Amino acid sequence: MLQTNLKHIASEKEFNEVINSNDNVMICCGRMGPMCVPVYGVMEELEGDYKHVEFRDMEFDNPDARVIRNLPECRNFAGLPFTVYYKNGKLVKATSSIQTMEQVTEILDKEFSKELINK
Amino acid sequence: MNNNRFDVIVIGGGPAGLTAGIYLARAKTKTLILNEGTVGGQMILTHEIANYPGVESISGYQLSNIMKNQAKSFGCIIKSNVRITDLELNSDTKKVEVNGKDIYTADAVIIAAGGRSRPLNVPGEDKFKGKGISYCATCDGDFFQDKNIIVVGGGNSALEEAVSLTKYAASVTIVHQFDNFQAFPHAVEEAEKNPKIKFIMESKIIEFSGDEKLGKVFIQNQSTKEIIEMNIDGVFIFIGYMPNTEKFAGKIELNNWGEIITKDNLETSVNGVFAAGDAVQKKYRQITTAVADGTISALSAIEYLNEIKQLQKV
Repeated sequence: MLQTNLKHIASEKEFNEVINSNDNVMICCGRMGPMCVPVYGVMEELEGDYKHVEFRDMEFDNPDARVIRNLPECRNFAGLPFTVYYKNGKLVKATSSIQTMEQVTEILDKEFSKELINK
Repeated sequence: MNNNRFDVIVIGGGPAGLTAGIYLARAKTKTLILNEGTVGGQMILTHEIANYPGVESISGYQLSNIMKNQAKSFGCIIKSNVRITDLELNSDTKKVEVNGKDIYTADAVIIAAGGRSRPLNVPGEDKFKGKGISYCATCDGDFFQDKNIIVVGGGNSALEEAVSLTKYAASVTIVHQFDNFQAFPHAVEEAEKNPKIKFIMESKIIEFSGDEKLGKVFIQNQSTKEIIEMNIDGVFIFIGYMPNTEKFAGKIELNNWGEIITKDNLETSVNGVFAAGDAVQKKYRQITTAVADGTISALSAIEYLNEIKQLQKV
């Protein structure tokens, strides 16, 4: 398990449950490494403000993390973490390597508009 | 009561800033730490810390969380992942603008903004970050199993990481801008005797190219100016660190490398503005030296606050 304060995804089954039972999901798939930890930190920071988004992490070396590692959208990725965004069970965005607060919020605001959720 | 008014604002939440926060808040000094990234600074980039006295072994992430909670437990307020958009340091009341809207004021400021990996700043670098360009061998090395990669740099990190990357890569080419290395002799020797490592000296990468992922680089010889094109799967960049002091330029005295010049008590060229940690001009940059700086700057700031209180009484 990753040593973060985020909720963790431990299996493929849990991954499918999370993306299919929530409208908006952001999952950061990585290790406790230099490029990953800052992204977890950003997500922990945003959890309070983005209550309409489910924030999760998943250990990159967990065999079940193939559900993220093997996504076609991640085929050219060569930098941890792989961060994926799901809307109504469908992948809407994927990023590779470290991301700043601004980069993450830009994606959240674009893909997971609060107005649409509160309609 | 103005909630945005503090005794001391600490800019930076690495070991120096957090230590300053612990000392200040414990001394009942109303303290705000503003941090532009994730709390912990470069400390969180360390997988295992085994030379922090009193702790046999701990991850950087865990140690930074302990320091953060310790500072908070004394009443220090911490705001992380903010953008510092403006600063006024020369007046008696220092002002820090955050996210272009919130203004915080204080009698003293401690700058503990730390440093970051130095980028090459050449075309294509941002585009291929995470898609062939990396700054962390332990994070991304295994994506380059049996691939041909480049390591940029000539210091200890570059040479040691180049050797470590030969565990995965088919070949590692070290590209260095000078004709000699800055690394320790044993690191150079290790790299030179590794059959997978080749060297391109006196040269710089001037452009990254590819479609959806990195495919080639253009390398220019610094003497002849000749440019060669090289097909490559990955590039790891280890060209040192730079202080996060751009926003303080022109406001406090910096040296030619952008490091903050301080007096013995870590006060900068501006009254009431102190500095600590990796952004300061000094020889050694360790978590322990950052913690020492944090302590000294906090105690100096407390002394400064007491002095101005005495002056106000007169």
